[in-house]
Amino acid sequence: MKAQEDVVIPNRLGLHARPASRFALLASEFSSRICIQKAGEMVDGKSILEILTLASPRGTKLTIWAEGPDAQEAVENLAALVKSGFGEMDL
Amino acid sequence: MQDKIGILKKIQGIGASPGIAVGPAFVWDPRKPLVTRRPIREEDIEREKARFRDAVERAEGEITEILQDLPDELRAYGDVFQFHRLMLRDRMIHEQTVALIAQEKVCAEWALVRALDRVRELFLNIKDHYIRERIEDVEFAVERVIRILEGNGSEDPFNPEEPVIIVARDLSPEDTIRMKADKILAIATDMGSRTSHTAILARSIGIPAVVGLEHVSSAVESGQTLVVDGICGVVHIAPDELFLEVSRAKQARFIRRQLHIIHSSHLPAETEDGHRIKIKANIELIDEIPAVIANGAEGVGLLRTEYLYLAHKELPSEDLLFQTYREVAEKIAPYPVTIRTLDIGGDKFASHVHFAPEINPALGLRAIRLSLKEPELFRAQLRAILRASAFGDVRMLLPLVSGVQEIRTAKAHIEEIRNGLIRDGVPFDSGIKVGVMIEVPSAVLIADHLAQEADFFSIGTNDLIQYTLAIDRVNEHVAHLYNPLHPAVIRMLHQTVEAAHGAGIEISVCGEMAGEPLYVPLFVGFGVDELSMNPQAVPEIKRLIRLCRRDQCTSCVRDLLGAPSSKDIQEILGACISNHLQGEEDLVSWCPLS
Repeated sequence: MKAQEDVVIPNRLGLHARPASRFALLASEFSSRICIQKAGEMVDGKSILEILTLASPRGTKLTIWAEGPDAQEAVENLAALVKSGFGEMDL
Repeated sequence: MQDKIGILKKIQGIGASPGIAVGPAFVWDPRKPLVTRRPIREEDIEREKARFRDAVERAEGEITEILQDLPDELRAYGDVFQFHRLMLRDRMIHEQTVALIAQEKVCAEWALVRALDRVRELFLNIKDHYIRERIEDVEFAVERVIRILEGNGSEDPFNPEEPVIIVARDLSPEDTIRMKADKILAIATDMGSRTSHTAILARSIGIPAVVGLEHVSSAVESGQTLVVDGICGVVHIAPDELFLEVSRAKQARFIRRQLHIIHSSHLPAETEDGHRIKIKANIELIDEIPAVIANGAEGVGLLRTEYLYLAHKELPSEDLLFQTYREVAEKIAPYPVTIRTLDIGGDKFASHVHFAPEINPALGLRAIRLSLKEPELFRAQLRAILRASAFGDVRMLLPLVSGVQEIRTAKAHIEEIRNGLIRDGVPFDSGIKVGVMIEVPSAVLIADHLAQEADFFSIGTNDLIQYTLAIDRVNEHVAHLYNPLHPAVIRMLHQTVEAAHGAGIEISVCGEMAGEPLYVPLFVGFGVDELSMNPQAVPEIKRLIRLCRRDQCTSCVRDLLGAPSSKDIQEILGACISNHLQGEEDLVSWCPLS
């Protein structure tokens, strides 16, 4: 099974250490392979270091990809995390 | 470089904690682990992989332990350690290392350093400097694993056999937590400022520190004799015998000065023109009471009560609370103790009580708001405080009050409990005073109304500044805007004091500002009745108050109330101290002119 969803980074500080940790932690809860695509780059959604190297400030368009048994659920949950601004206060 | 008394070299930095130390250097460089490439045999690959996995597991265990032991004031750094833990499991580190061990048939240390190099290369190309700097966290996390792999994890630089002077590029919050005060003579670092955590910690444990030395960590070798002069902000490297002798004399003179301050700490804090201010201590644990008395504090101005709620899985029973408060009241008698009711949010409880997570806890259900929402919790604490009041001079303080209704509701609970105690024949002090903490702007603006309901005020400056300036001071992006001398803060303080005195009630200040020497003329000038601070700050603050004149401070305060910026206010305060504090021997006069 495959799934994908486009998201825009909404929080002021962008995809910095804390949001990247949250993303990688949540992604690791799913058995599907998860990737994040930014323009031509593609990184492992379960690797906090790879996510950080995307250096995505507020307004960056990303695509979340998943492939595996829980792909749909993974994409939905991860997209919701991004849209919530990673639970950061300063949206 | 050699001058007439034969100093090989000296480096000027910033004096971050006063005092002189003479002793051997220990240069600590966590970021340059000396790893050599050790080839391994084909048949040892699996064992090497296992060795690496074990080391990662142990490193994770260490981080977990650090997180558990993190003291309150360093809680904000918790995220950093969480981040370290994630790094160690990241595939760019973990899988890469395991793969390199097999591909290149090398030891785990070397493979790990290679993996780190690749990550570093990627990070150095990142434009966002905040993200780029996170490579330092990756390095810290990796270094921990290497230390374990090399098997000298037991050789803890912060708990050496013989006392040493720690020399480092910078110290992480974790390093400073691990330092054993009796084994570290002094600290000298390349980085840092007077307000960095290294400086704060050095001052709190009372060891000399010089920071901002730029290149001391590369100029010094372990084992060299150093003189760290925290008064003048200088480090002398391998000076000759004569200079060592001069330094030891200066050290003795500084210690005598400190002893003099401590020995005069029993004297009252009375200004030259006869205005007396009560000086008390803020504490959390019974163990701190000897320090309160030894430093000359006249009671406990703030007893924090959160500990018993945080320490156990079960909520503390009323009896446990009562026994604890009673012991404090008895031990501090005849001096008074002001017990602050619970001042935390529901999210902090260790117990089974669960509250919904909040997106903005500083503005959420905490302190008096939580107490009023959970009356059973609140009433158990109120009953314990009232019962303890029979055994000493006990006062009660309500935190985070923002309107009169909160005081009225709290007092209604107190009234009911009093009636119950009378009915049951349980003794308590029927004249017990109930005070209100002033720490949100709304409370300041209606302080005249609150003063009609309260027996006394206590200003919590930390929260008042945070809420007035809308600054979370543990957020590194805005912490520099946290400014106690902002004109808005000064007006808040002034208005609160005026409201209290207008209503004829006493006012105390119990935040960090109360223990800072610079603010002494401010509080004397305002006419604050009481200051409450860390026990260690008491002797110095009492001494400074004895050097003040109330009328001069009042005139300084008049000037600074009209000043438009914190910079102007700081200058007025500084001038006030140098012009009016007669006989204040400035430590600057101990330093040679450069």
